[in-house]
Parts: sequence; C-alpha cells; structure tokens
Amino acid sequence: MNDSVIHIEGLHKSYETSAGLFPVLKEVSLHITRGEFVAVMGPSGSGKSTFMNILGCLDHPSAGSYRLDGHDVATLDKDALALLRNRTIGFVFQGFNLLPRMSLQDNVALPLIYCGVERAERHQRARELLVKVGLEKYFDSMPNKISGGQQQRVAIARALINRPSLILADEPTGNLDSHTSTEIMALFESLNREGITIVLVTHELDVAQHAQRQVHFLDGRIVNDHATLHTEASL
Amino acid sequence: MKLAMLGEAWRAMGANRMRTFLTMLGMVIGVGAVVLMMSVGQGAQYSIKQTISAMGSNLFVLLSGSSSTGGVRSGSGGSYTLNVADAEAIAELPGVQAIAPIHPGSAQIVYGPNNWNTSIIGTTPGYLDARSWPVASGNTFTDSDVRSATRVALIGKTAAQNLFGDADPVGQTIRIRQSPFVILGLLSTKGQGMDGRDQDDTIIIPLTTAQRQVFGSQFPGSVRMVMVQTTTQEIMPSVEKSMTELLRQRHRIREGLDDDFSLRNLTAVADSAAEATRVMSLLLGAIASVSLLVGGIGIMNIMLVSVTERTREIGIRMAIGARQRDILLQFLLEAIIISVIGCFIGLLLGIGGALLVELLTGTKVIIALSSVIVAFGVAATVGIFFGYYPARKAAQLDPIEALRYQ
Ligand SMILES: Nc1ncnc2c1ncn2[C@@H]1O[C@H](COP(=O)(O)OP(=O)(O)OP(=O)(O)O)[C@@H](O)[C@H]1O
Ligand SMILES: [Mg+2]
Repeated sequence: MNDSVIHIEGLHKSYETSAGLFPVLKEVSLHITRGEFVAVMGPSGSGKSTFMNILGCLDHPSAGSYRLDGHDVATLDKDALALLRNRTIGFVFQGFNLLPRMSLQDNVALPLIYCGVERAERHQRARELLVKVGLEKYFDSMPNKISGGQQQRVAIARALINRPSLILADEPTGNLDSHTSTEIMALFESLNREGITIVLVTHELDVAQHAQRQVHFLDGRIVNDHATLHTEASL
Repeated sequence: MKLAMLGEAWRAMGANRMRTFLTMLGMVIGVGAVVLMMSVGQGAQYSIKQTISAMGSNLFVLLSGSSSTGGVRSGSGGSYTLNVADAEAIAELPGVQAIAPIHPGSAQIVYGPNNWNTSIIGTTPGYLDARSWPVASGNTFTDSDVRSATRVALIGKTAAQNLFGDADPVGQTIRIRQSPFVILGLLSTKGQGMDGRDQDDTIIIPLTTAQRQVFGSQFPGSVRMVMVQTTTQEIMPSVEKSMTELLRQRHRIREGLDDDFSLRNLTAVADSAAEATRVMSLLLGAIASVSLLVGGIGIMNIMLVSVTERTREIGIRMAIGARQRDILLQFLLEAIIISVIGCFIGLLLGIGGALLVELLTGTKVIIALSSVIVAFGVAATVGIFFGYYPARKAAQLDPIEALRYQ
C-alpha cells in the first residue's frame, strides 16, 4: 500500500480581486500515499481551505500539477471531475452542508442518485452508514432537528456512501465542542484503519494528534511536514 | 436515475408549495383560455357551416326595386318590378338549376282553439329544391297546385309544434285569414337562419294562393323576390351577368340608367360570414396564446429566482458528484412538471368552462382533440423553453462559487 493518492508539484493559486491578483498558495508541493492520515494546520488565512478545495476538485489551481490517483486533474473535463467527487473523494465541510427539508437518510443517499443506484439499495446503504456513525434512531429526522455533532456524523456518512478512497475534511470539528470532536475524530481514526486516506484541516493541536502526519501552512506555503509526535498526554 | 431526478424535482416543488401553485396558475389560466377559446371558436365555425348548408348552395336572391332605393320602395308595397314571367325567363338561362318566385308575408294561423302568428312564404315547388328542404312527412305541393291556386300548405316544425303540439299535422285543416288550408306535409328541421331567425317557424303555400287569396296583391303576377339557384358555385358570376342583362332587356332599361331590381349573391354573403367567424376564432386563439406565453414567462421568472435561492444547494450537489446535466435535468424537470400539471388542470377548467358556456348561452362549442393536443404540446414546449435558460444557468454554476454563495 505504498502507491500515491495525492501528488502535488509546484502548486500556485491566486484569486482575482478588485485590487488585482491575490496569491494565496505559493509553490506548494505535497505527496500523500494510500492509507495516510494527514492533518493540515496553520493560522487563519494561510490558504488551508483553498488548498483543500483544490484537492477536492472543487476549485482549479492557477499553476502547478495535481495528480489524484494517478490522473492529472488538469486534463479532466467537468463530467470526469464530477465523477471523481462522486466516487473517489468524500468531502466533509466545516458547516456540514446538509440539504435542509430532506431526511438524514435521503441526505446520506444523495450521492448515489448521481451514479444510478436503485432506490432500495440507496436507502439500504444509507441506513447501514447511519448505523455505523451511531445514528440508527434518526433515519427519517430532518437535519435541523439534530445536534451539530450529529449533523457532522451525517455529513461523514454521506462522504462515505460511495466507498471513497480519500476523505477530505475542512475543519470538521470547528463547530463542535471538545467532547463531540473527540468522538468525530475517533470515527475518522476507525475509517483510516479500514484503509481510507484522510486529509483533515484543523486549528486544534489535540485534534491533529489523531493524525499520523502534520503539514503546516504559513502564508500560502508548507513550512513544516512531519510525523505526529505522540506525547504521553495525547495517548 | 431519471426517476430519481424526478423525485428530486418533485421534492423541490413540494418544499415551496405556494410558489409552485402560483407558477402553475399562470399555466392553468393560459391553457384554460386557449382550450376555451378554441372550443368556442370551433363551435361557432361549425354552427355557421350548418347554417350555410341549411340555406342551400349557389343561391342568388333577386329583389324588386333598385338596390339604392329598394328600402323605400319595398315599404310602399304593390310596386313590384319583378314578375313571374321574368322568373320563367331566368329559368331558361344556361347554368340556372332552379328558380322560385317568392311572396313573403305573415299571418295569424288558427287550428281549433290554438292560434299562432307565423311567417308565410308563397312560392313554387322549386323553392324547396333550391333550399334543399325536403318534407319530413307527407307530400309537397306541385306546379298544378300553383297553377290552380289550391289552398294547401307545408308547415315548419316550430309552427306545427305551436299549433298541434305533438300531434301529426299532416292532413289537418288550418285557417289562414279565415280561409281553410289542408296541410300536405311537415317540413324537415332547418334551424336558425343567417339572420338568426328560426326558419322552422313558417308555413309555405303556393305562390298564386298567397297572392290572390291571402295577401291580395294588386298586381297579380308580380313578385317581391325570386330565388335563383345555379348548377355550380363557379358559374355564379357569369349567371349574375347574364341575369342582369336579361332583366335590363326585359324591363327596357336604357344604357346609363339604374337597374330596377337588385341581385344578391347569398352564397358569397355566407362565405364571408364563415370567413369572419374563422378570423374571429383565430383571433381569440391568438389572444389566449398570449396568456400562455405570459404563463411561460412566469415559470421562467420563478425558476430564475429559485436557482438563485438554491445556489448553495446546487453547490452541495455538485460537490458530492452531480454533473452539469444532472442539475440541468433537475431544474428542467421541475419546469416541465409544473407546466404539464398546470396544463392538465387548465385543460379540465377549459373544457368545463366551454361546457358552461354552452349551457349558459346555448352557443355551440366543440372540444376538438386537436385543441387538447395543441394545448398539451404547447405547455410542454413552454416548460422546456422557459425552463431551459434557468436550468442551464444552474448547471453552469461553478461548484466552489456556488458553495461560497451565502
Ligand atoms: N474567493 C476568494 N476571493 C478572494 N480571496 C479569497 C477567496 N477565498 C479566500 N480568499 C483569501 O485567500 C486567503 C486564504 O483563504 P483560506 O480560506 O484558504 O484560508 P484558511 O487557511 O482556510 O483560513 P481559516 O483557517 O480561517 O479557514 C485569505 O486571505 C482569503 O482572504
Ligand atoms: Mg478555512
């Protein structure tokens, strides 16, 4: 299991603003192999979310190359990118991004609609995942009727529904209290043990402790990339 | 897959029922108006066709007195410029199939205790041929009845109804201005004439009987009008010319002087009436179509608002793998469902409205399958046409921009 999932070389990203081009990512290179659990850290505004959106094929780099699972993303058309987002990547957002007015089961099953899975199977797989994230009692609840931690579990279940090989999470615990975030991190750890590669953005050191590797951003560059040092306290 | 997208579209519509309903209403009114207008228009066209075929085909009517002063003269009575000999001469012209001199009037008819005021037509048997008006039961009178001025009559359905009720009038004796008349036959139903009068409220008697015994004309042999039928419609202009020449010659009218008769082409009048009805129903349809268009624009408007409002949802859907065509399909389906359901309701209301019009006003309406198909086709087209632009707008959103949208 030493093959490459994410291979990034010389990545640049600038936003066009009224004051001209605004560089956010400068000369970022990163290599992540299958099965890794990476925490991306750094101060606010250092470009972490921008980086994650590019990893998630939601946004395009201004320059540099990004190979995902061996495919050069720059050469893929919109449908192929949608397919990657659907099958290969599971994205977990800080704000959960569940669809309101849709039951948890339907929210979790939503990605399956876009790859032609039958209704019965969609529901069955969604229920299995809701059980897995500990929400067996809430199949038909609405997103606004459950807590933030529960919503984030639903979002994780949705990210998992198409059995992705990569999970990208941008501050998945940013809106949660420390107890709930420990639970969510335990969930990520167990997913990682099943072989899923995880890249996760966080501000909190103790959250980052769950990862095997930490990548530090500062002002649009990677300034530090090291294995997690497990202290007594975190174990 | 398609089914799942249908479900998504349906869900979105359910989430905003009031808005969906109002959008649909535009469609309902548009389609309802089109169906109603088309039904009424086609009904009107049908009735006028009926009336025209009841009138008889290829008909001229010759009136005594010049066309410019005819109105004044006909009131004075007695000074009829046409006579039976004129009619007989016209009958000899090539292209003339039937002629019928007519002496019209009205009188009080008595049968037992019942009496009824109705129109009396004094004419010859040729009249029934020209108007293709057979008897429903009994017989018609003959040329010999006309020659000997016998007191026989044919009675129309309405007059018979009023005098005899449901009893058979054939063979009964009625009194017209005190004189007894034997009813030879009951005329078949004609319905409304071009002037809107009930043509079945009439009694037809021999011309001579009318002139000599009922109305007592001062100049026996002269008539107020003559009906002329030609063999074909194409020949009518040439017959008109030869008839005019013949009459001017017979009446010794010098070059440059006005005719002392007037000639009307009833068939041309009828055709222009039919044309007017056709144009009117087209116009009604066009006006109704405008409301369909407005309904379509309403759909587009709402869909555009909906796309803007649901930008974030679109972003989320794209982030989890929706392709452009999935988003396009979802919004397009929404527009199509709204227009098709709206169209269906509009169809029912339009048909109901048409039936109500028939019930309340008695005008004939015809709900043609073609108008139903047209309305449905137009609604689906409007849905696709006006739904496409907003749907494409949604599909072309950039995933990250849509996700950032607040
Ligand atoms: N759409 C945009 N247009 C212009 N500038 C942007 C846009 N998105 C982000 N930026 C800028 O890019 C920089 C990096 O933003 P980014 O969201 O990646 O930071 P971050 O590391 O995720 O911060 P945080 O920890 O607060 O989430 C910021 O200075 C931000 O102002
Ligand atoms: Mg961020």
